[in-house]
Formats: sequence, C-alpha cells, structure tokens
Amino acid sequence: MSVSKEDVKHIAKLSKLNLTEEELEKYTTDLSNIVDFANELSNINVEGVKPTAHILDIRNVFRKDEVQPSYDREEILKNAPSKDAGCVSVPKVVE
Amino acid sequence: MDLYSLTLTEVAKKIKNKEVTIKEVLDSVYSRIKEVEPKVDAYLTLTQELAYDRAEKLQQRLDNGEDIGILGGVPVAIKDNICTNGVKTTCASKMLDNFTPIYSATVVKKLEEAGAIIVGKTNMDEFAMGSSTETAFAKDTKNPWDLTRVPGGSSGGSAAAVSADMAFASLGSDTGGSIRQPASYCSVVGLKPTYGLVSRFGLIAFASSLDQIGPFAKTVEDAALMLNVLAGHDKMDTTSANLEKVDYTEALVNDIKGKVVGIPTDFITDGINKDVRAAYDEAIETLKNAGAQIKEITLEYAKYSLATYYIIATAEASSNLGRYDGIKYGYRTKDFNDLDELYTKSRTEGFGPEVKRRIMLGTYVLSSGYYDAYYKRAQQVRTLIVENFKKAFEECDVIMIPTAPNTAFKFGAHDASPLEMYLEDIYTVPVNMAGLPGISVPGGFDTNGMPIGIQFIAKAFDEKNLLQVAYAFEQNTTYHNERPTIEEGK
Repeated sequence: MSVSKEDVKHIAKLSKLNLTEEELEKYTTDLSNIVDFANELSNINVEGVKPTAHILDIRNVFRKDEVQPSYDREEILKNAPSKDAGCVSVPKVVE
Repeated sequence: MDLYSLTLTEVAKKIKNKEVTIKEVLDSVYSRIKEVEPKVDAYLTLTQELAYDRAEKLQQRLDNGEDIGILGGVPVAIKDNICTNGVKTTCASKMLDNFTPIYSATVVKKLEEAGAIIVGKTNMDEFAMGSSTETAFAKDTKNPWDLTRVPGGSSGGSAAAVSADMAFASLGSDTGGSIRQPASYCSVVGLKPTYGLVSRFGLIAFASSLDQIGPFAKTVEDAALMLNVLAGHDKMDTTSANLEKVDYTEALVNDIKGKVVGIPTDFITDGINKDVRAAYDEAIETLKNAGAQIKEITLEYAKYSLATYYIIATAEASSNLGRYDGIKYGYRTKDFNDLDELYTKSRTEGFGPEVKRRIMLGTYVLSSGYYDAYYKRAQQVRTLIVENFKKAFEECDVIMIPTAPNTAFKFGAHDASPLEMYLEDIYTVPVNMAGLPGISVPGGFDTNGMPIGIQFIAKAFDEKNLLQVAYAFEQNTTYHNERPTIEEGK
C-alpha cells in the first residue's frame, strides 16, 4: 500500500472528515490504487519544465475600488442554517 | 410530428413565424416530461410555474412585434451546479439540498436575455465528480437508450434530457469530460468551449483551472446557436477572455475540402472497445470521402493526462470545497458541542463517498512532503501536454479521437474500483488539461445498440474550425437522426 492507514487518518483530519473503520479500510485501498496509478508521472523527465497552474495568459485582473450595490442582507441570510439579529450565528468560539 | 421532437433551430423558427405559440411548445415539452421522466429521472427540479409565466410574457412581447431573442420561447434545461436565482441549486448533494441562490449565473442570464425558458434543473454526479451520474445524492438518471445503463456523467441529466426530447438544449459543465462523455453515451451533441470563452460566474466550482460551461444540443447547428448566446467576456469572471464577438453559425458549411484532420495514432491504443474502434475508423473514412486530408500526428504525453488530472483536479477541489463548513449556507449537522465538531460533522454527513475520496486525495497531494512529488510534477506534465497539442496543431486544423473508450455501462459496473471508472475519461481529459475546445458528435452504435461519440478538438478559441468539421461530419452521417426508445435494453 503506497498510502497507509495512518496517512488516511491524517488527511481525513486535515479535510475535516470523520471516517468509520470500514471507510478507513476502503479509502486506504482506493487512495493507494490511485496514487500508484499517478506514480507513472515519476518516470517523466520534467527537469526545467515550467509548471502550468492556469492555461490563459491573464494575471492580476483588477477593478476600481468603488462601492456598488450588493445583495440584500435578508436575502443572503435565507440560506444560513442558523441566524440571529441579522447575522449568521455560530457556536461560542472564545471561552 | 410532436413539437418536442423538433430541433432548437426548427422550434425557434416556428415560434418566431407564429406557426405555434410558446405555450403550445411548453405544453408539448412538459407532456413529454410527464410521459418519460418517471423512467429517465433526468431532472431534480421542474420549474413549471415560472416557465409558464415567462411563456406568457414572451408571447405578449412577440405579439406586440418585439424581437424576443434568437432562443425566443425555447425550453431549455440547466445542470444543477449552475446558479438560478430563486430556484434550488443542489449540485446533487445533501450539502446543498436546501440551497437557493440569490443570483443567476451569467450563462443563465444570457440564455434568458436571448429568450430561452428554463424548464428545470438536471441531475448530475455530486459536485460534478463522476462519470456516470451514479454519485448523485437523490437518484440515478437512466440512459434513454437503455434504462439499465448509466447516461454518463457528470452532466448525465442534461444529456439524458436532450436525448429523450425533454428539452431542446441544456447546459452542462465539463472539467474532465463531463459534457462530452455523457453526450457520447446518450447520442447528442456536447460542446466544451475553450477555457475562458464562456463565463463561469455562478458555476459552483469543482476544479477552477479546468471547469467550463457548455451546451448539449440535438444538432451541431443548435450547439453553434447556443454558443452564440453563451460566449463572451464577463467582468464577474476574472478568467474570462476579452475577445471580439464571433458568429459561430457562419461555421455551418458542409465543406471540409482541404481541412487537415489529425489522428493521434500513438494515443488510441489498448483498452478501446472494438465497436468504438470500428466507428472511429469509419469516421476517418467519412471525413476522407468528404474531402478532408487525414494526417497521423503524435501526442506522446496525452496518455499521462489522466494521472495529471486526478492530481490537479482533486487538489483544486479539496481547496474549493473547503467552503462547505455548515456556517453561511448549506447543510449543518444537528448535533455538535463546539465549532470544530460543527465543521467536521457537517462535512462528514453532507458529502457523499466520491466527493470525500477526491477531497482526501487532493489534500494528500497538496500536503507537505508530497507537494513536489505530485502536485508540482503534475503541473509540469500539464505544460508538456499543452506543448504537445500546440505542436500537433502546427500540422492539422482539428484532431479527431473517440469521445470515450467504451459505451454506456450498466449501473454499478464500476462500484468496486473507482480507478476503472476514471479511465472512461482518458480521451476527454487531455482537452481540459490544455484548455482547448472539444465537441462530441453522434458517430455510431455498438452491437447492443448503445451510442458511440466521435470527438473533435481544435486550437484555443478556434471554435469555428471545430464546428465546421463537426458539422460536415454530422451532415455526412445519419446517426444523429436516430431517437432512443426509452426502454430497458437487452
């Protein structure tokens, strides 16, 4: 296995996902298979090749910093799972 | 002849000439939906009330002598990862099952400005992650050509809706083949435009450097008409290209004498179904007979596209899907003690297995110690793929390859091995890696009667050449005239 159970536990934690023991087994196998497959890239000579993050030659698209009409607060809050006094409400963060 | 079976171009003309009313067209489509949707399950939401309201208003304007646009009164469908103001947009995920956007995507606005009427939102793989629409949260969409088989994915609902005459055209999104592969499986035309040609504003992101919105249609002509409406710069999308307006219908000339069509012989090798191979060889003959020049080319790095894709796409997805935390919108778990538990439980309960697999793979390739070996290397190989295509297009006008190595498979066929399913995208993924335009056109049937798609690829922003060759291919074949039975196959 190129990806260990410990690896999967770690990345699940980073991804903020809980896994059952059964899922942990399954994802360890799946991710190992995919990573093994992806390892074919290690045979390619990429020395001196520039990485492509984005296909278009567009960068730093700026706009003027001007105030413009935006969305209605009440409308936006309609999608919030929990709200209070015109705000999204969350559990207490600071003790 | 029933109105629903017309093409988009035909029905738009009939409405404009007042041979039919918009209400009659809408009635026909919704009665067709009532008849076949229970078998196909292409839609997640139907917007009947809004559609009839709009039909009435458009008809009034038309009767007053106003121009109601080139898609005036034509019913279309929208993939459920494209935001529609006031209409639920779920990405076929439990995570967004209660999400109603407060704005419309630019493409939706453009369609509406051109007079189109939205009949509903279509099913898809959850967050567009999949090749069969089986990862959808609520239900499976069936292939209209054989209800025991998948429609392809991730835009399976949009492909099936057009294939089964439940819309004249639809929108999909294509990150690694999600328009072209289901178009191939359902025998419709599916066009993935050049990255940047069509605004992504309002498309719920999967992999931002690869995602592109495009149309499904019954014919190449209809697809060109849709592209005329969809293409164009949008200040709300910083990756949107600012180019001069092009009339893509000018490309609809059945003449490809002298056009050079590239055949990447080194790329089409093992693992291709023999019926697909035969259809591809026949397609080469068709183009030759139509006067095209066939030229063998090489794409030596194309075979690495899939591995590259599953690193880059999952990395971008793991980042894009970080926003689903149960706070501002989307699913929130009922039971939690603190903020961290709220995040983790909301995500664990809200995402399906394929989405979790990809988030974790993406997190893995970006994590410290693996970044250089996987993510950076994949981006370097992406450069090699881009250069491969650039070189190939010095020798030819368009490239032709099959859309998918196989035809539509049975439900559950790839449950045991996600990797096997990923291999279905082998011929579509390179196009996204290089940001090029690609189109799938009906190109035959296998021995089970399942559709085969032929894919054309062109240089960036060269949709005209792409559509011209696709159009000539279509006009010199008859596969697009066949309609599905909407029954269970053998």
